[in-house]
Amino acid sequence: MPNYSTNEFKAGLKVLLDGEPCAIVENEYVKPGKGQAFNRVRLRNLRTGRIWERTFKSGESIPGADVVDLDMEYLYTDGEFWHFMKTDGSFEQIAADEKAVGDTQIWLKEQETYQVTLWNEAPIAVSPPNFIVLEVTETDPGIKGDTATGGTKPAKVSTGAIIRVPLFISIGDVLKIDTRTGAYVSRA
Amino acid sequence: MRAFFAARGVMELDTPVLGHTTVTDPAIESLTVEVGDRRIYLQTSPEYHLKRALAAGAPSVVRIGPVFRADESGRLHNPEFTMVEWYRLGFDLDALMTETAALADLILGAGKYRRTEYAALLEPVGVDVFTSPRATLEQALRSIGVGDEVRAWSRRHLLDYLVAHVLGSMTGRVFVTAYPPEQAALARVVSDAAGRRVAARFELVIDGIEIANGYDELRDADVLAARMAGDIDARRAHGQPLHAADQRLLAAMRHGLPACAGVALGFDRLLMLAERAKALADVLPFDYARS
Repeated sequence: MPNYSTNEFKAGLKVLLDGEPCAIVENEYVKPGKGQAFNRVRLRNLRTGRIWERTFKSGESIPGADVVDLDMEYLYTDGEFWHFMKTDGSFEQIAADEKAVGDTQIWLKEQETYQVTLWNEAPIAVSPPNFIVLEVTETDPGIKGDTATGGTKPAKVSTGAIIRVPLFISIGDVLKIDTRTGAYVSRA
Repeated sequence: MRAFFAARGVMELDTPVLGHTTVTDPAIESLTVEVGDRRIYLQTSPEYHLKRALAAGAPSVVRIGPVFRADESGRLHNPEFTMVEWYRLGFDLDALMTETAALADLILGAGKYRRTEYAALLEPVGVDVFTSPRATLEQALRSIGVGDEVRAWSRRHLLDYLVAHVLGSMTGRVFVTAYPPEQAALARVVSDAAGRRVAARFELVIDGIEIANGYDELRDADVLAARMAGDIDARRAHGQPLHAADQRLLAAMRHGLPACAGVALGFDRLLMLAERAKALADVLPFDYARS
């Protein structure tokens, strides 16, 4: 991978920092009139999701990271690995471990498409689509017609996630859910 | 703005964008162009040409036009920007600060100005620019969120970053004065009332943004030649591009630069403040990314 100098920094650039793959989130150029210029950079560690801040003297360079985001279809889990398949017609499969799948585990549905982040061709992160449609498998009996009181109850969906739903929802209902917040959106 | 200068008897003078030499200041990098088989520099400031005009007998002069800086790009930086730079014969720094404030008032509306000395700048972060040991500087940087990378920085870099941080968080209109002698650039070094050697220059900072940079101009060609040689040594030590000292400027100064004070003001930044914009790109018709 090439090295990137601070004047090539921009949001989205994938770089290697302290041996970790990171994406630049924000890059601010700071220069006192007659002095050294700096780049104040916010980066997301792509493995942990944590935000790092780092200040570079302008002109410094850091190595790029071989990171690509691929749309992949979720197939199944064998208990140790979660298996995904490329959607480019190659049927090529990739196995992601628990660390890579992380919190996305509770949103994994077969045949749904996920964004799999590969670093040096190995999966390091899996992101769900923003909205996903899932079936309710467990919840208290629905209260018919109660669409107005605004009350909620817990419900478990087919992937194992537990979300808050309105009181009128019953087992077997199919829901649209926002995976970023875990919030119920509507009946699908 | 042109009426402002005309009313004050300041003559507008055009200076070239292309120059055969450029500044030696290690903090400023020049863009170059090939003209035939020669390397020519896009000028980073009209300073040298204006001073040559003054030495040749011009009255107080102003130049309003583009200047160029390599590698400067960001929210407050564009590689090409409009500088208003003017020189006043017989002015001292006080008179020039008053006039600079009047020009800022013209664009921004009247405001109040306060002054602070460079030495007092870093008091809010517990640092004395001149005497604090390195450990204190590093600690101050960590308190504003800079990490282990500070260990590899020189004392000058530590101070530059702290000063940039403090200036950036200032509110209102502030003239910073009495700079350390090693930051004199083309200003005179004088003894202040307390007997300290300080650079006779000021910087106008408005709401955290550096707007203008003024000097009580150095007139001694030998002192300038020595500073340029020091710049060239520093450039060589850091592997930066080397530029020869501008002999035409030095010759003009040997002939005689009249006593004067001069200031360079970033017009686009002033416009940005007037429009309450967040970035230069918001006030430039075609900023660098769209040029």
